[in-house]
Amino acid sequence: MIKKKPAACFVDNKYCPGCGHGTVNRLVGEVLEEMGVDKDAIGAIAVGCSSLMPETFAIDCIQAQHGRAAAVAVGIKRCRPDKTVFSYQGDGDALAIGFSETMYAAIRNENITVIFVNNGNFGMTGGQMAPTTLEGQKTTTSPYGRDIGTTGHPLNVIQMMENLNVAYLARGSVSNNRNIMKTKEYIRNAFEAQQNNEGYSFVEILSPCPTNWGMDPLKAMEHIENNVIKTYELGEFVKRGEKNA
Amino acid sequence: MGKQLMKGNEAIAEAAVRAGCKFFAGYPITPQSEILEYLSWRLPQADGVFVQSESEIAGISMVYGAAASGFRTMTSSSGPGYSLLQEGISYIASAELPCLIVNVMRYGSGLGDIFVGQSDYWQAVKNGGHGDYRSIVYAPASVQETAELVISGFDTAEKYRNPVTILSDASIGQMMEPVELPAMKEHDPDKFQWSLKGKGDGEFRRVTSVMYFQENYDDYIASKYKKIEENEQLWEEFQTEDAEIVLVSYGISSRICEEAVSMARKDGLKVGLIRPISLYPFPVKAFEKLNNVKSFISVEMTALAQMAEDVALACKMKNPVYSLGGGMVIYEASDVYAKINEVIEGNAKEVF
Repeated sequence: MIKKKPAACFVDNKYCPGCGHGTVNRLVGEVLEEMGVDKDAIGAIAVGCSSLMPETFAIDCIQAQHGRAAAVAVGIKRCRPDKTVFSYQGDGDALAIGFSETMYAAIRNENITVIFVNNGNFGMTGGQMAPTTLEGQKTTTSPYGRDIGTTGHPLNVIQMMENLNVAYLARGSVSNNRNIMKTKEYIRNAFEAQQNNEGYSFVEILSPCPTNWGMDPLKAMEHIENNVIKTYELGEFVKRGEKNA
Repeated sequence: MGKQLMKGNEAIAEAAVRAGCKFFAGYPITPQSEILEYLSWRLPQADGVFVQSESEIAGISMVYGAAASGFRTMTSSSGPGYSLLQEGISYIASAELPCLIVNVMRYGSGLGDIFVGQSDYWQAVKNGGHGDYRSIVYAPASVQETAELVISGFDTAEKYRNPVTILSDASIGQMMEPVELPAMKEHDPDKFQWSLKGKGDGEFRRVTSVMYFQENYDDYIASKYKKIEENEQLWEEFQTEDAEIVLVSYGISSRICEEAVSMARKDGLKVGLIRPISLYPFPVKAFEKLNNVKSFISVEMTALAQMAEDVALACKMKNPVYSLGGGMVIYEASDVYAKINEVIEGNAKEVF
């Protein structure tokens, strides 16, 4: 089956070879288009690698400050509650500098969708340690491998959000076709939760960063399958609409 | 509609609602918290949204999103909180969005104190955020003027697509005075071509720094602020026509200066006052008209004579500039008069 590229992705993406962002961009574009809301959608886009998204994405977008995409999305959604509003953020953005904005959007159960791409490092700035960097993982600022004795454990934000009053929490991956299709379903469920006014929806997506991991693209995918998933379990964790049904 | 007695901070809030502001996000800090408290009940009544944000940074980020949606929107803070707003103000300015920022100044750097002061002049007027931008800054001297500047501030913000700052202070914010407020105004957030509302069947929109798509960005941005400087200078003069000593003072301290001018005039001294209402653009035009002036005294509640630099620039350093500085206390008119005499007797030390 040949799939047509969604009109939402109007030019080819500009990410590094083997990067997962391109796949995630496309999934978001496909879902919005299939749901018929791409003409009504507004994205708050983070800095870092995420900031390349608007260059390929034919949807109304705003460039947020580092870490603040969720708060910017909240400002838009509160003013225009009938629009589909999402933020698109990486792990450094959403969990380091923007941790407070990320958590408080969830705490208030804001009716926005957060697309959170977790590649375990600060990609754009050259692969520094992020809150999600795995134990022992070497980065440019953890050259001896991440030492959890001094940096704390890799941050599992979904675990933290599970106890909050949120509408939808899921973690997918783009490491193989099956996971890509599942991730697409999670993204759809998240946007549907917003459409149904259930509140905050959050999809974490494990994504490869071959450039900064120092791996070829295939090895990077295997690394997700063999290692990253052990720390960050895949699946749907909160699905309020279903719970209430 | 007649006059009503209102606190300065409440007048800011009510004036914003009447100007068609539909979104406020902010964080409590003394001495501006009445603005939040007032809007928390008033905005929902007026079909608007109030969010008590988790921090000033989140608040200004929400304002950024709301402003990009085309809505009239504002936040308010003071001192340390105003520092935190700077990141967002720089982004809002670079994306050319209108919004209203209120800084009800308290005194001091760091935590400072809740006492009255004017020590945020440099940060507000010269820019606290990064990059090439300016915030249009208005300094009201009464509750009535506060309300008027809030209303016109939204219009000016939209005219230039630029943040406007109301630089109030603890005393103007906390004092009660009679104020006459205008009728409610409706604002249409869809009237702007640039506002985010989903692309519909048209072209998608990008809200980001204009630097990325504006040809000759440097020239563009320089001419934008040149235009503001040419057209938006606001000031009030008091007995300056024949003045040999001109006081320059804004906000609460300007009111004491008026009294000092009257005292001096009664004694036959040729003293006048320039009261900048816009601090950016600084009213240099007011200085160009002065013929008899021998010296200026910048009267402001800062230890470092922050505005005195702009006074020196405005008179092109042709006249000596003195300063009556200090903070946390509002001078008595007699203090200002004493300074005038010191200058006349040649005992005062020039700042420039």
